[in-house]
Amino acid sequence: MLTPHRLQQRSHLLQAVRSFFYSRGYFEVDTPIRLPVLIPEPHIIPFEADGWYLHTSPELCMKRLLARGNSKLFQVSHCFRKEEVGRFHQTEFTMLEWYQAGWSYEDLMAECESFICFLAEAEQNLDGVRNAFILLRENSEISLAQPWDRITVDEAFRKFAGQTAHEALKDDMFDELLVTRIEPNLGWEKPVFLYDYPVECGSLARRKEGDESLTERFELYIAGLELANGFSELVEPDEQRRRFEREIEKSRKAGQDYAAMPEKFLDALDHLGKTAGIALGLDRLFMIFLGLSTVSEVVCLYSDEL
Amino acid sequence: MYSASDLRKGLKVQIDGEPYIIIGFEFSKPGKGQALYRTKMRSMISGNQFTQTYRSNDKFEKPDLEERTMQFLYSQGDEYHFMDTSSYEQIFLTKEQMEDHLNFLVDNMEVQVLFFSDKAIDITLPTFVNLEVTKADPWVKGDTSGTDTKPVTVETGYVLQVPPFIEEGERIQIDTRTGDYMTRVKD
Repeated sequence: MLTPHRLQQRSHLLQAVRSFFYSRGYFEVDTPIRLPVLIPEPHIIPFEADGWYLHTSPELCMKRLLARGNSKLFQVSHCFRKEEVGRFHQTEFTMLEWYQAGWSYEDLMAECESFICFLAEAEQNLDGVRNAFILLRENSEISLAQPWDRITVDEAFRKFAGQTAHEALKDDMFDELLVTRIEPNLGWEKPVFLYDYPVECGSLARRKEGDESLTERFELYIAGLELANGFSELVEPDEQRRRFEREIEKSRKAGQDYAAMPEKFLDALDHLGKTAGIALGLDRLFMIFLGLSTVSEVVCLYSDEL
Repeated sequence: MYSASDLRKGLKVQIDGEPYIIIGFEFSKPGKGQALYRTKMRSMISGNQFTQTYRSNDKFEKPDLEERTMQFLYSQGDEYHFMDTSSYEQIFLTKEQMEDHLNFLVDNMEVQVLFFSDKAIDITLPTFVNLEVTKADPWVKGDTSGTDTKPVTVETGYVLQVPPFIEEGERIQIDTRTGDYMTRVKD
């Protein structure tokens, strides 16, 4: 349970999050969380809600708002993913998602740096923050000095798993090696961006210019923890439809019946120009800032308490 | 059958015909990737441990385990004989299977015997047992050396730290989970 002191710290962090985005001219939005159709993602299982579904992220709705001409949007929302329970997972969790029209994933990486540095400067009195430039995690000092480290997915596989990302994908070992061999090494001296994912791992991300086998997608890691997933958005409806078809096919093979084509989203994609967007797990970030070891310690009321 | 999403610390599963207990568990999942269930297992028969990463579609059989209340009768060589107090059926476990339980086991003690497919594989002792102190240095009143505890030996041969006022011939209560002294027992 959160003590009144911790609840106050959480409140200050939420306020700092909003201050950052308001100060940069973002609009805060609160899109519906119960939806008739979700992004087809075979590894993310939604909760049913009276024939519709609780959203697993606000991505579809936010991109539809962007397609209507809104250019800078952010949202703090609760998301729901079935069967995800662990030290760093809860079936209901808090997601921070933001988008900016005209941007690429490189712009977003830079803004990620500014965002977390802003929070550290604003909340220096927390157990996980040594000062405005250094985070503390498990006796490691993590420097926030910019620029942060960047490593491509393929470099990381070669360096930590002794094989290429392509080989790992072919053997269906990509996720397992990522989790067991690569992630534990990332982000202990400085936060790290792992970037340029194989196209198989980024169904909503744009292909990289100059290498069609990759997408412009990145993940942010601090102290071995995956904190955020961002990309240059894929904005071509035809290619998006083909990628969704593959994901729906995978879902059906895995015995899931809820995957369907998000037609209204595909219609909206026609009007979406160059855009980049990112989703960040706020509970995990707050856990690091508060110096706690599990996400269940940072939410207002944990599921076991309900 | 259990599926991977049922895995958690303390769950017992059967792998290759042998019962295992999960002693370490971590759920992992790259944001867009598949769920991975990283487990550390310990064989309930050999005590051997291994770690393994399982995936959503992995399935596990439930081991056929049963616990029965039995009384310790006697030991003969390396065999420790127990009797079912309702059916009078007798079984034995080997010294190797008994391991640290021997520190607290005395004649006529009632224990829970664990059976896997009708074969006795382990016992669970009562949480608290009362044992007689068979060897203790006398307590010198006014001893100002500052030590809060002293070692004593109990009837099973087990040695533990107790408060200095405990004397030979007294009975003390011990927590079998930790092996620690709890209190002095007045008969």
